[in-house]
Amino acid sequence: MNKTFLIIQREFLSRVKKKSFLIATILVPLIFPALIGGIGYVMKKESENANAQVIHVLDQQGSFNFENTDKYEFVKVTGDLETAKTAFAESEDYGLLYIPEFNIESPKGFVLYAKSNPSFSTIGDIENEIEDAIKDDKLQVYNIDKEVLDKLKTKVDLRSVNIAEGEEKESDAGISFAIGYFTGFLIYIFMFAYGGQVMQGVIEEKSSKIVEVIISTVKPFQLMLGKILGVASVGLFQVLIWVVLIAILSTTVLGLLGLEIPHEAAIQGADVETSEKFLRLLANIPFTKIILTFIFYFIGGYMLYGALFAAAGSAVDSPSEAQQFMFPIMIPLIAGIIGMQSIITNPDGNVSFWLSIIPFTSPIAMMGRIGFGVPAWELALSMVLLVLGFIFTTWMAGRIYRVGILMHGVKVNYKTLAKWFMMKN
Amino acid sequence: MEALIAKNITKRYSNHTALDNVSLSIPSQSIFGLLGPNGAGKTTMIRIINQIIDADEGEVLINGKKLSPEHISIIGYLPEERGLYKKMKVGEQLVYLGQLRNLTRKEAILRSKAWTKKLGIYEWWDKKVEDLSKGMAQKIQFISTVLHEPKLIILDEPFSGFDPVNANLIKEEIFELRDKGSTIIFSTHRMESVEELCDHIALINNSKLILEGSKKDIKHSYKSNTYIVEHQGALNGSLPDSFKVLDNNLLHENFYKSIVKIAGETSPNELLKSLVAVTEVHSFVEKIPSISEIFISKVGGNK
Repeated sequence: MNKTFLIIQREFLSRVKKKSFLIATILVPLIFPALIGGIGYVMKKESENANAQVIHVLDQQGSFNFENTDKYEFVKVTGDLETAKTAFAESEDYGLLYIPEFNIESPKGFVLYAKSNPSFSTIGDIENEIEDAIKDDKLQVYNIDKEVLDKLKTKVDLRSVNIAEGEEKESDAGISFAIGYFTGFLIYIFMFAYGGQVMQGVIEEKSSKIVEVIISTVKPFQLMLGKILGVASVGLFQVLIWVVLIAILSTTVLGLLGLEIPHEAAIQGADVETSEKFLRLLANIPFTKIILTFIFYFIGGYMLYGALFAAAGSAVDSPSEAQQFMFPIMIPLIAGIIGMQSIITNPDGNVSFWLSIIPFTSPIAMMGRIGFGVPAWELALSMVLLVLGFIFTTWMAGRIYRVGILMHGVKVNYKTLAKWFMMKN
Repeated sequence: MEALIAKNITKRYSNHTALDNVSLSIPSQSIFGLLGPNGAGKTTMIRIINQIIDADEGEVLINGKKLSPEHISIIGYLPEERGLYKKMKVGEQLVYLGQLRNLTRKEAILRSKAWTKKLGIYEWWDKKVEDLSKGMAQKIQFISTVLHEPKLIILDEPFSGFDPVNANLIKEEIFELRDKGSTIIFSTHRMESVEELCDHIALINNSKLILEGSKKDIKHSYKSNTYIVEHQGALNGSLPDSFKVLDNNLLHENFYKSIVKIAGETSPNELLKSLVAVTEVHSFVEKIPSISEIFISKVGGNK
């Protein structure tokens, strides 16, 4: 019987049988939608229930006439600035907007006094109000008819179609963006979660001192590989359960609410065209391709980092000592996640290209790009390099691991690691 | 017939030599004591036999065949640094370790059950190792070492950390396994257990083999022709010159214990004759050095 398989089996079963596995596996698909739904609900309630904020307007120009909105109620006040300020300070209201006399060609001197720091959106809203008011003034001054101006406004919906792959595909940056960010982030999380499990497993074997018994029956490399693959199978199994659970949950929920959602949308006067477009775009997203790529980069990236985590675990006696080796492992992962910003805004740029080619960042970066369409040769190159990358890290980690697991109470630094690496068997 | 022959084993690390041209020959069905102070190279030797590390030079033969992965299933190894998976159940763990030594799952279950019953821990079969006492965990470690009925059993400091009851139990099992045909290599720096268990010993110090052979032969070769005599009536220098009194103790009234060394080729019978002539002999025993004394004289002398 193949002993590596025996080890994989033990690693898999010992983790899957744990209560914490069961809890995490069942709760995660429930928690995330519940969390997102909950926050959304609270936000919606809050904006519905919020009273309009009262803003005093001291208009010394005398030409402004703000209309009240859902969010703001404008109250005109008179007198000089000091009296207005005192009155405002005594009131419970939100702000005092001071509009001095100004030249319509170069308006300035507007001030919003408030009792707390106003948010960006409040400032933006009020700026818009003032700009609109000045615009109306200007229209009058320049003798332009407002109606004519309104008619000049045209709304165009630009369809973008990707023909790079030979077939026409309608694309949407927004959806690709969301998918890229989400899958890239998932890979990032999984690298840490499952890589961390490998490291803990190695430390556990080393500190419980079972390891010497095991490696008198199998090669250290087999034990390390068995552990990495065992945890990988746990990861895949867990992801599979999540996919199935989410699929079942969402079809059930959609089945229950399926008729209500479009109905409600229609009542609220939502743009039917927009939702149709959304569905059309959704149908055009190459889900199979994205899922297959995701699985490949998940496994590849995990193998690459899993080996490094295993080597780090083998070198130390306790998890706290492992911190010093965690940092350099984390840097490329963090670089990948930071690079995501630039990848998503410019998926074909230089940064995107290199981050998605270098094996240490490619699992995250390529997921960011894949929704936008990646030339076949780039994808192939990235995949080949990732495979070579994990073969290399596994080989390197194996050399450190075989020595490290038998060393107790040794103070380890990078020089020691290099020495272990060079040591003959 | 030799169960294991190691020929000229050398193992070097970057800044020291762990084993320097060490050869061993371990007779079949013996209990072989591998002795030496800490850091002498015992564990390195054992790890080489277990194929955990490779020797730089030399070779190991088991039953006349060059050491290879197929030998894993006939070796049982209890390392000095030993432990168990804490979160695993006793039964699962024994079966897993048995399977790693090439037992089938079925066979591993059968034998684990038999052994746990024999050592009285069967009721813990479904308990996690972390819930066990240290003594029970030690029994499980021992079972996992011998589960696959290995022909060669290697025990590295087996009694360190064992309580006396368990140590005795394990000793009995070791004798039983030897009688059933296994060869046992027993590495330690504690001499009392060697005296009791081993029939052959090898002494390693500073990476070099300094002594090897049967316990009897070694002790014999370290005899110094010295005798312990208990007698009534003082000797008072009345012995001939060829006998040298090393020590003379008055035990109680006119009753002495003396240590007498025979110089030259004179036989013990001559000594006895001379003694009888001058005193009343109550006992006459040859003084045989203990392994511990030999160990200290060899190791201490090298420093």
